Amino acid sequence: MNRTITIEGVTRIEGHACITIQLDEAGKVADAQFHVTQFRGFEKFVEGRPLTEMPAIMARICGICPVSHLMASSKACDDLLAVEIPPNAARLRRIMNLAQLVQSHALSFFHLSSPDLIFGMDGDPAKRNIFGLIQDHPDFARDGIMLRKFGQDIIGLLGGKKIHPAWTVPGGVNAPLTQEHRDQIASMIPDALARALRAAEYFQRVRDCYPAEVDDFANFPTMFVGLVSADRLLEHYDGTLLFSDEHGAPVAELREPRGYASLIAEAVEKHSFLKSPYFRPRGYPHGIYRVGPLARLVLAEGCGTPLADRELDIFRQRLGRAPQSSFHYHWARLIEIIYGIEMLQRLLEHPDILSEHVRARARPNKLEGVGISEAPRGTLIHHYRIDENGLMRWANLIIATGNNNLAMNRGVLQVARRFVDGNRLQEGMLNRVEAVIRCFDPCLSCSTHALGQMPLRIELLTAQGEVCDALQRQD
Amino acid sequence: MITQVNSSVESLTLRINGKDVSCRAGDTVLQAVRDNGMELPTLCWLEGLTVWGGCRLCMVEIAGSPKLHAACATACQEGMEVQTNSDRLHRYRRMIVELLLAERNHICSVCVSNGHCELQSLAQKLGIDHVRFAYRNPQLEVDNSHDRMRLDHNRCILCTRCVRVCAEVEGARTKDIKGRGVLAAVIHDLDQPWGESETCTSCGKCVNVCPTGALTHRGVAVGEMTKKLSFLPYLTLMREANP
Repeated sequence: MNRTITIEGVTRIEGHACITIQLDEAGKVADAQFHVTQFRGFEKFVEGRPLTEMPAIMARICGICPVSHLMASSKACDDLLAVEIPPNAARLRRIMNLAQLVQSHALSFFHLSSPDLIFGMDGDPAKRNIFGLIQDHPDFARDGIMLRKFGQDIIGLLGGKKIHPAWTVPGGVNAPLTQEHRDQIASMIPDALARALRAAEYFQRVRDCYPAEVDDFANFPTMFVGLVSADRLLEHYDGTLLFSDEHGAPVAELREPRGYASLIAEAVEKHSFLKSPYFRPRGYPHGIYRVGPLARLVLAEGCGTPLADRELDIFRQRLGRAPQSSFHYHWARLIEIIYGIEMLQRLLEHPDILSEHVRARARPNKLEGVGISEAPRGTLIHHYRIDENGLMRWANLIIATGNNNLAMNRGVLQVARRFVDGNRLQEGMLNRVEAVIRCFDPCLSCSTHALGQMPLRIELLTAQGEVCDALQRQD
Repeated sequence: MITQVNSSVESLTLRINGKDVSCRAGDTVLQAVRDNGMELPTLCWLEGLTVWGGCRLCMVEIAGSPKLHAACATACQEGMEVQTNSDRLHRYRRMIVELLLAERNHICSVCVSNGHCELQSLAQKLGIDHVRFAYRNPQLEVDNSHDRMRLDHNRCILCTRCVRVCAEVEGARTKDIKGRGVLAAVIHDLDQPWGESETCTSCGKCVNVCPTGALTHRGVAVGEMTKKLSFLPYLTLMREANP
């Protein structure tokens, strides 16, 4: 009898999704799919709006990583204005982008994923969440909360508010950094760095406890895609978009963002609202690639900051140059948190960081513009077309999570095959199916349903659609 | 209708919200209220422009009259008893602002006038945290054809301040209103794109008197548009001094 298990309302992710697992007659997993069930429509409803509003409108795509959309959108608008923004505007944008990287990674690791790592994949679901963490491991939970606060506070100091600041504008930013705020941010850095290092040290203790998960959490060869700097170091704001093969060897690079469509194409699957981008030269679905912290660490020669590089050395000694298991996203995320804090310090110490020349003004000078930046969860592309009056006529957005869609789908199938037994349904099995999705830290919407409170109901259906077994999770 | 301000010394006494106040003969109730330190909301009224009486936010109760009166268009009379702030008035004002918000696309969070908008401030002051009426969500254009200024019909509340300042202060008469009811819209000349108007002097007065983000400068990003209204009383004063 063929049966289907539906995990409806995947928990502890950002946004709404469900997973279906098809079982064969023997109760073994035949297929599995990850469905993104929400539809946003930003590409359509920005049509007709002035380009100057784009960064602020596009930031509304997400409440967790609005800064990423501010960056990619502002860069696309810079391209439309055909301006080179003042160097200090670029520095300030980098500061905000790194602050966002730290807070978003902290949310993903501490709030969403660490409950699985600390309480175990089969741990009591009532405890396996941030509240259980606060109760049993208050210092660890505090580190996560404070790291997130650190990033959010910097965004607030720069942009006037922590979520959806309208500070990043086409041509630069609309206010310089004040001495007072610079000193305030600088004073927060030592504490944040200590917490990040402590988290990395803690992770060393738990990372070896999950050999089965390392083996089967989206562990397969794919290409990697991400930005690298001119000297091929870790980069999140601007640089060359590098495409590597499964061993980390470069196969293509994109210096001019407007040419992205020659290397990336998007497929649409009937089962999901999330598009599936792929590397165009290899075709669909062979052009599967991964983005995000793991991909960035595979692509970069190094981080360029001492403490992050030290951690990256250990990472590479243990896992090699191009680890294939997506379980390692967690570690990569922690390394990027350390890098982000170190780089923030470096930027704050720049002699011109208080320069008030932070905006270039121009009218629209091109009718088409593309901006590429690295969101915490991967490469983000905004592509706009405007008319001669500067009104939006068309937009295409390739969101970081979308880039990982093919890999997430394959990962779900791999995990389901390894862990799910339709004859003996247990909560921990299905938690692993969700946990592989959490490795990618997908941001499926501007939703911040981040505390694992969505009810999870799994049903086993007969071929006739009758419910023969069900599990209800109460978070 | 032009309100003539009588400069004679003749004064009137009336009662506003239970308080005896005096004003000059010829003053409107709105003037009397504000001159005596009391608040009365307005959106279409602006000092220096003719009275329009369109927004109906300054409605007041007058003893002896069963209907409400627009304070901006009602002359004070000796012994008048005026109530500006009853529950009924508050309810009506709230409804008016909610209807304005529902009529077009007022998306404050991504509006260039966010934080500097008279409609937004009024809604906040009236405690409007939700709108009870279904949003119409009309599909309206943004006229970005002018070299320096922009008209976003989505944010327009048809207060006609721009039409009046263009005709009465600048003397260009570029702007007008076409259509009726919810289909009414600000136009330029013979309903041409603003950038093609032959009469517009590009003075920018319309942008500064606009209470919302409907008329703005081009190139401003979200929350960056601030209006400067000080020019209008100054121009009016200079005209009165040098007729």
